[in-house]
Amino acid sequence: MIAPVFFYSALIIMVGAFIAVLRVLLGPTVPDRVVGVDTLNTLVVAGMVLLGAAYDRTIYIDIAIVYAILSYIGTLAIARYLQGGLK
Amino acid sequence: MTDYVTYLIYAFLGINIAFNLLGSFALHRFPDVYTRLHGATKCTTFGTIFAVLAVVVHALNELRITGDPKYLQMTLHSVVALIALLLTNPTGAHAIAKAAHLSGVKPAQAVVDAYEEKLRGGAE
Repeated sequence: MIAPVFFYSALIIMVGAFIAVLRVLLGPTVPDRVVGVDTLNTLVVAGMVLLGAAYDRTIYIDIAIVYAILSYIGTLAIARYLQGGLK
Repeated sequence: MTDYVTYLIYAFLGINIAFNLLGSFALHRFPDVYTRLHGATKCTTFGTIFAVLAVVVHALNELRITGDPKYLQMTLHSVVALIALLLTNPTGAHAIAKAAHLSGVKPAQAVVDAYEEKLRGGAE
């Protein structure tokens, strides 16, 4: 009964993720694109938790946990590369 | 009784959608990297807290009605996802800001740049 509400709010959050992808495509510098990717990762985690509630599947929320930690590792690797090489 | 729970879920989802859309519009309305990072990180973290709160309230309500332990599992895993996001998101934002400053992107309209003065070792 309440499951369509979770589905449509996940859909609206994916519209916000598309707006973040626009910043990734037309960012003038490299850190702008990294900020866009970081925002995109957070929005994907929020949408994945909402889809897990909409479809009654707990496995989507587990995927959200792993995605959050892996995107953090990716962001740290790109930041270390930007500030002077991976040493 | 159930109506109050439904209105609570609607309110949490409304706050979630409003702050997440504000965070993604902040990427386009601010002039340089640091202000964009400020707006996007704060707003999306706050919005995701309310998304997880809505899922937790929904799952606890279903647990109260049906008694299925699947919903207790959904509650605990949502809280673990929220804790992972709350620990990693500000740390990643700090790393991006420091890397952007060290890679040569300066603040656009800044009057005082304390980190630049500290790097040069000037008058403190």
